[in-house]
Amino acid sequence: MSKEKKSEVREPLIHLSKRTTISPLKAWTIRLIAIVLGLLVCGLAAFLLIEKLQQNPERIGEFYQTFIRGSFSTSRKLWKYLKNTSVLLVISLGLTVAFRMRFWNIGGEGQTLVSVLGAIAVDFYLGGRIPEWILLILMFFAALLSGALWGIIPAVFRAKWGTNETLFTLMMNYVATYLVSYFLVIWVPSGSSSLGKLKYGKLPTLYNEQLLIVLTALFLTIALYIYLNYTKHGYEINVVGESVRTAQYVGISERKVIIRTMILSGAICGLAGYLIAAGSDQTVTTNSVGGQGFTGILVAWLGKFNPLAMILTAGLIQVLNQGAGQISQDFGVDNALPNVIVGIVLFFIIGSEFFINYEIHFRGHHSRANARKEAAK
Amino acid sequence: MEKQLALQMRGITKRFGSVLANDHVDLDVYRGEILAVLGENGCGKTTLMNMIAGIYFPDEGQILIDGKEVVIRSPKDAFIHKIGMIHQHFKLVDLFTAAENVVLGTESGEKYSLKAVNAQVAQIAEKYGFRLDPTKKIYDMSVSEKQTVEIIKVLYRGADILILDEPTAVLTPQEITRLFDVLRRMKEDGKSIIIITHKLNEVMEVSDRVAILRRGQHVATVNTSETDETQLTTMMVGRRISLNIERTKPVNPKPRLIVEGLNLYNTEGVHVLKDISFTANGGEILGIAGIAGSGQRELLESISGLQPVESGKITFYNPKKDRPVSFFHKSIKQVRALAEQGAFHDRNLNDVTFHGMSNKAVRKWVENGDVLFREDEIMNLRDKDPLEIRQLGVHLSFVPEDRLGMGLVGNMDITDNMMLRNYRKGKAGFLNRKKPRAQAEEIIRDLEVATPGVTTPVRRLSGGNVQKVLVGREIAYTPKVLMAAYPVRGLDINSSYTIYNLLNRQKESGVAVIYVGEDLDVLLELCDRIMVMNGGKVTGIMDARTATKEEIGLLMTKTEERKEEDA
Repeated sequence: MSKEKKSEVREPLIHLSKRTTISPLKAWTIRLIAIVLGLLVCGLAAFLLIEKLQQNPERIGEFYQTFIRGSFSTSRKLWKYLKNTSVLLVISLGLTVAFRMRFWNIGGEGQTLVSVLGAIAVDFYLGGRIPEWILLILMFFAALLSGALWGIIPAVFRAKWGTNETLFTLMMNYVATYLVSYFLVIWVPSGSSSLGKLKYGKLPTLYNEQLLIVLTALFLTIALYIYLNYTKHGYEINVVGESVRTAQYVGISERKVIIRTMILSGAICGLAGYLIAAGSDQTVTTNSVGGQGFTGILVAWLGKFNPLAMILTAGLIQVLNQGAGQISQDFGVDNALPNVIVGIVLFFIIGSEFFINYEIHFRGHHSRANARKEAAK
Repeated sequence: MEKQLALQMRGITKRFGSVLANDHVDLDVYRGEILAVLGENGCGKTTLMNMIAGIYFPDEGQILIDGKEVVIRSPKDAFIHKIGMIHQHFKLVDLFTAAENVVLGTESGEKYSLKAVNAQVAQIAEKYGFRLDPTKKIYDMSVSEKQTVEIIKVLYRGADILILDEPTAVLTPQEITRLFDVLRRMKEDGKSIIIITHKLNEVMEVSDRVAILRRGQHVATVNTSETDETQLTTMMVGRRISLNIERTKPVNPKPRLIVEGLNLYNTEGVHVLKDISFTANGGEILGIAGIAGSGQRELLESISGLQPVESGKITFYNPKKDRPVSFFHKSIKQVRALAEQGAFHDRNLNDVTFHGMSNKAVRKWVENGDVLFREDEIMNLRDKDPLEIRQLGVHLSFVPEDRLGMGLVGNMDITDNMMLRNYRKGKAGFLNRKKPRAQAEEIIRDLEVATPGVTTPVRRLSGGNVQKVLVGREIAYTPKVLMAAYPVRGLDINSSYTIYNLLNRQKESGVAVIYVGEDLDVLLELCDRIMVMNGGKVTGIMDARTATKEEIGLLMTKTEERKEEDA
């Protein structure tokens, strides 16, 4: 009798429940599946959007090869990949320091750009007049100071008047961009507003010209991992981030920690600016950072604010970027397509977190589970 | 009279992830009865009720109303079946009046007139003996009035089965009596009432039958008249536990913390502490009673340096390291003179006077090293932040009400939470986790904290275990003053008694314990003195051994009622 009754009660079709724990293996399997699915959907999107592919569907394999080729086909591309990843990593490390404190610094772009400007300003005025090594040191400090300045301004406003740091840091990005435009007009009176590559202020080459940048990024990653997890400062950052009330309760000054940490955050972005200025570009344009300040936010989030994990996420995102760039080159399509591709993959990666946090049951899950149990008996 | 079944639950099961919240629960509710659902925290009481009220959907099992199986998928379905639930946290619109809140969300399709609703609400209130003005706005209401609105809301919708989730937790003794009268009247009217609580005396007072849940399972349902508190606890916990608080007489209480004329305005400029004066003695538990929000939290926070006060004094007497008196620089005459001035005390901190003692006896006593200089440090704690208080060497421990938002960091593990108080130790910039880890292990062992390990984030622990970690840390800091705000709120019986015992042990070792509580029975049993707060004022300080619940209840509400009379 009870069985007949049971059939009347309809379970909801989809039933979500929060997972309490998940094994790292399972979590990474879910993420991997997400990336694979994302790439498959990318292929589909590419097929719909790229005429060349529609004409020769057999080239779809080539499409995926191109992805890899973008970063790894030649040693020059590999080094470019490593350098770009390193700069991206340094920026995201700078952001992570603030994010750990739940200070939503989305001004990495501006902090980096302004420090490129600072370094290049030193280079522009002093290059050739003083020994190269002194110039490089001065550029280094100029970059770090400008970055730190860009970090400390929103921090002070937040600490003293409780302003919203997200809007503030975002606005500071625009200020940085226009500041660069302003100086370009002064430095390049001809009106072309392109400074051109400067002769001086180039980081020395160790084995490969990018190696120093890569080593700097690796060193910084490890240093920050230690700073955040094993020092008193790092501990204070965590406490302030988790709960301001707890910080007060144990006598940690929220203001002090916010200001100190944002100086560090800005200065690390400043280091990234220095690597861009002295490591590769030796010039400044409004696009010197090229949105990496925003990509860095993604890298930090995907890496769960763990510097070591961020090596992986920065690497992955850079593969996508460069691969997509290669595709637009090889298949002769518009520059917007790479963004679509990267967007699709990221959508899948971020979406996979939902399946890591929640479990989904469909109707009949429990009755099936019960049936299994009974059968086992 | 034959009892008529109102609600039946058959084999109700609910899982949350891997946690089995309800495991094949069978429960019957009759018309015209009050059923108490009793159980420790996390035993699945609220989950079970939420399934009747349509908030959760059971994974397995059936719900029958008047013998017919029903599907309750939403609170709306519950209303169709005349079931109404009054939640622990009220769900009312502050800016609306009582009547407006009552009609909110009902869809009759007709044009409704507020006048008619007001009259209806007043009528329901009168029928069951509520005191309520239908046109009063929610933000003007006391907690008890808000609860009344919630109850009338479900009655208005025609509920025949009412579920009340811990309705007495926020009420004063007088309000509880009034609520129980109302519940009895509803019962006579044929309604079925399910009341969730973990206060045994209330279960005994108001219910007809008691259903006991333990770890998601229905242990038994018994008639209240055929049981007693000991039997109920045994069923609830699964083993016999003693429910006595061993209160020892205070040994030589000495002033440890003196608060005089304290005034505090909060950030909105409201005068929240008005001329508070009291003394907390070492070796004594001072209870603070009062309706929630009477200034208890602000008082503890201003003592611990978290809120800057407007005026008043907070003085701490620190019994310093003892230094024996010797005759090296002083003659026996001088020693006797100093003793007269109260300069000495013995090892138990008692005053030493040499009245009626021969010089020889005095000399012997002094040379034994048992007479010590009284060198209490008197320190002003006002206008000092928690860090400065620590740096003064004042061992002031504070177990705040908000455990995971203030006392602990939920996402950090036990070791890192141990460090909160003393991570600054040592000159190096690096953290030393060795000692905190040892301390964490000690607390886990001594207080029987149920945790997978020291590296588990504390937010994953159950309420009782979280509290053990917090209290354990604050005690490990060898306090001279220990302040605890609602330390047993939300804890099950077993954990509550663990906490009471810990506080008692602190008291016995000479700590001045300040205990802010809501359960008056416990305050009367645990404390030595009880200070009652009401609207930011101290309305009385009484001896807990002689005071009665009613006296305290009156002091808790006195001025409020006077205001009503004035108006």
